[in-house]
Amino acid sequence: MQPDPVIFTPLLAAAGLIFAWSCYRRFSLVGVGASEDRFSSLAERLQGMFLFAFLQKRVVSRPFGINHLFIFWSFLILAVANTEFLVAGVFPAAKLARILPAALYQPLVFVFDIVSLCALTAVVIALVRRAVAPPYEGARTGEAFGILSMIGTLMLAYFGLHAAEIALGAEEAAQAMPVSLALASLLAGQGPETLKSVAQVSWWLHAGVLLFFLNYLPYSKHMHILAAIPNCFFKGLDTPNTQPREEFVEGNVYGAGSIDRFTWKDLFDSFSCTECGRCEKSCPAASTGKPLNPRLVMHDIKVNLLANGGLLQRGGEPTVPVIGDAEGSIKPDALWSCTSCGACLAACPVFIEQMPKITKMRRHLVQMEADFPEELLNLFENMEQRSNPWGIAPGERGKWAGGREVRQFEAGTTEYLYFVGCAGSFDSRSKQVTLAMTRIMEAAGVSYGILGKEEKCCGDSLRRLGNEYLFDKMARENVAQFQEKGVTKVVTQCPHCFTTLKNDYRQYGLELEVIPHAEFIESLLAEGKLKLDHHAKKGGNIVFHDSCYLGRHNGVYEAPRAVIAQATGSAPAEMERNRENSFCCGAGGGRMWMEEHLGERINLNRVSEALEGNPGTICTTCPYCMTMMEDGLKDRSNGGTTVKDIAELVAEGLR
Amino acid sequence: MYVVACIKQVPDTTQVQIDPVTNTLVRDGIPFIVNPYDTHALEESLRMKARYGFKAAALSMGPPNTEATLRKALALGVDEAILCSDRAFGGADTLSTSNVLAAAIRKLAQEDEVGIVFCGKQTIDGDTAQVGPGIAIRLGFSQLTLVDRIEHLDFLAKKIRVRRKLEGRYEIVEAKLPAMITVVRELNRPRYPTVPMRLKAAKAEVKVWDNKELQLDPNSVGLKGSPTWVSRIFSPQRAAGEIIGDGMGDPAGTARLLLEKLVASDMLAV
Ligand SMILES: Cc1cc2nc3c(=O)[nH]c(=O)nc-3n(C[C@H](O)[C@H](O)[C@H](O)COP(=O)(O)OP(=O)(O)OC[C@H]3O[C@@H](n4cnc5c(N)ncnc54)[C@H](O)[C@@H]3O)c2cc1C
Ligand code: SF4
Ligand code: SF4
Repeated sequence: MQPDPVIFTPLLAAAGLIFAWSCYRRFSLVGVGASEDRFSSLAERLQGMFLFAFLQKRVVSRPFGINHLFIFWSFLILAVANTEFLVAGVFPAAKLARILPAALYQPLVFVFDIVSLCALTAVVIALVRRAVAPPYEGARTGEAFGILSMIGTLMLAYFGLHAAEIALGAEEAAQAMPVSLALASLLAGQGPETLKSVAQVSWWLHAGVLLFFLNYLPYSKHMHILAAIPNCFFKGLDTPNTQPREEFVEGNVYGAGSIDRFTWKDLFDSFSCTECGRCEKSCPAASTGKPLNPRLVMHDIKVNLLANGGLLQRGGEPTVPVIGDAEGSIKPDALWSCTSCGACLAACPVFIEQMPKITKMRRHLVQMEADFPEELLNLFENMEQRSNPWGIAPGERGKWAGGREVRQFEAGTTEYLYFVGCAGSFDSRSKQVTLAMTRIMEAAGVSYGILGKEEKCCGDSLRRLGNEYLFDKMARENVAQFQEKGVTKVVTQCPHCFTTLKNDYRQYGLELEVIPHAEFIESLLAEGKLKLDHHAKKGGNIVFHDSCYLGRHNGVYEAPRAVIAQATGSAPAEMERNRENSFCCGAGGGRMWMEEHLGERINLNRVSEALEGNPGTICTTCPYCMTMMEDGLKDRSNGGTTVKDIAELVAEGLR
Repeated sequence: MYVVACIKQVPDTTQVQIDPVTNTLVRDGIPFIVNPYDTHALEESLRMKARYGFKAAALSMGPPNTEATLRKALALGVDEAILCSDRAFGGADTLSTSNVLAAAIRKLAQEDEVGIVFCGKQTIDGDTAQVGPGIAIRLGFSQLTLVDRIEHLDFLAKKIRVRRKLEGRYEIVEAKLPAMITVVRELNRPRYPTVPMRLKAAKAEVKVWDNKELQLDPNSVGLKGSPTWVSRIFSPQRAAGEIIGDGMGDPAGTARLLLEKLVASDMLAV
């Protein structure tokens, strides 16, 4: 049922040209972004692309992911069928039926036939899901339904064409096409003229929808069909929370205050977004009614790029600001709501890096505009003048030891530097954790020393808040001190110190072996250096809360669980959201130092979840989590449940 | 027209300790900060600069390391930073400090008229609250202390109306320019320096004026010009506190106990 190539050829050529032009116009826009190397470690990248783009490892990890996997692979397989379809429309002689031997042709059309049915089913499921239980509010867009309907129509047209051809007796491989064959039986009894028109209409419907779809792609969220696969190839290989340093010399600008201050990869990310809403669902800010929604952050960046990109390419100035209240701008309140928990990064099926963009915009606000929530002024001044967030006199550091003798670190005499951190040094609750740690290390005979008065804040909050200038200053001071003192192995009890010393300071040329206390205690237990009674069990069942900076950002999930199991004789209870799906306490990203005016409080949300299993103890591994959980418990006026750091659980069990 | 902010570099008093033997401040390793009230004085001068196009100058008297404080002011946006520093100025009390600062303002006025001088309400080290008024008297400026709001400024008519924050009440007063205004913290929220401004300030000039420039009678400055001297500095001993009752277990009973104690010690009137 070939149409006249004379009609179809120019149509196809025009559609192809317009598609190519649209793609060029859209994708060339990412060129306004700054440069960034995303081509290193090719093997690792290809592997990532294979795993995540083709096997869709992340896509299938959440509801309806399997459905997408079906659609995706149907798409790939049917791409062969569709290519044949289009080519044969121009060169009827190139029909596979004519050029392939039956032994090859028949299995092929069998696959096409079955896959088309799978695709149709998956599309119907997707349509029903979107109508009945959309992934997020506002997901019921005309675009989403339109695209799904188009794919469905393609399949229906495919079946219409083949059923009619079979009924006409024009398909030699009819027996190899069970679905089309079954449909053909419905057409039995129709005259050849009717069948011919069914075939003709189906053919044109198929061609029309296909070419329209192709040209609609670059202008819709389905641009991800083109961008997502390369985006998996370009995915960040470092821990994404460790963002590039900035160079502080006169004339430079800092952070991302306009669209061209993002890198090309940042911009490419915005084209790759599938609008699946998974990031938004995992985001502690979005799910507690804050103005931040990582999906919309990506959306706004895309809108902004589309509005400004062309202007910038022609050497003009951007007209829509990246930060602001307009469409295509991100509200400062949204930027300040981020806890840098990384849930969005862990959720995104196509490895979009939402959170680093938020930090880039914070960098702009803090460093170029000096515009930030009021509470942060104190924090910044305290950090700059006294190297701790509370502004307590540096001389008070080390006083947590009370009368106890704690050695100063000295290379050669002490093996580990115990980096206590600001919370462990100054926060009265966390000081108890510090004491528990020293008891554990004493009991295990660990050779360690502290920096005491000379210890300085690691600068974590500053970096996440975008005050890179101050962070840089403090990082340099710390790195110089570590180098001068010959520090090589560090034990931390705060995941923020841990990640900063381990990952961020590497950018300053300092390679330390940094061991979070959960892992350190685990290895002490494994080496048989700690003798424990299982009496901590008395505290009732223990539920474990993952710290974002230990868990998602550094992949330490099992060590704390193993330690709890050994300290209490049984594995901790799990909350529904755990490990990489864990829900933030609300204090990361500098939120610890800000008021939470908007929406429900994040810590209450998490504490409610923890309390579902009626635990005796919520076990944490981070001083901020501890504060947030304790505050949350007070609010839920739950007298029975306590919060303990993992070190306290262990210290209590020391024999 | 100039608007001048007088800023003093003070030791971070949260970290200051007193040497029990010599009765002097242990200044070793203690970081210096801008006197907190002066950051509000500075902020107001910058707001006036932005609003009326005045030239903003920051002025300080102190040892050479005071330059760091003035760089901060430059990073925040002042046009000029002036440091009065001379060995002869050392050991100054409020009288001779006012002499030097007033002379510096007079010298600045030779370049352009000085409309307003902002000072902090007081410092966190000397705590006398005398320097601002001392400057006003010496220059013959109107004197407006404890200001928490600028109500109105008409610089053509040379008039200013401000609100003073007094104990339990406010007072709105109007005065003629030029005026010296001491400010309280409620006046404004100080800004934070942007990075480009910090980098620019690192290279900007801090003018240093010694007594050759100010030409003051050596007997009116520094230790010689200071009729006050410090005979002894000490931290008053505080009696140890006392924990009363059991606030967690019996809040009502504890509150009653506390009340009784307060009444008994005459701290509460019933
Ligand atoms: C006998 C004596 C000896 C002293 N010796 C020394 C000494 O050797 N070294 C030393 O550091 N201090 C010394 N002091 C303290 C010093 O005199 C006072 O700190 C100083 O005179 C300012 O007074 P004040 O701090 O009470 O300021 P206040 O009157 O409380 O200050 C009010 C405002 O005046 C302005 N201001 C005050 N001082 C300055 C300044 N220097 N530059 C710019 N603006 C200013 C600020 O705006 C400030 O907020 C000495 C004091 C006495 C009495
Ligand atoms: S890092 Fe966490 S808080 Fe920030 S946008 Fe992502 S999910 Fe939301
Ligand atoms: S950013 Fe990623 S997770 Fe979020 S909506 Fe887009 S594709 Fe989904």
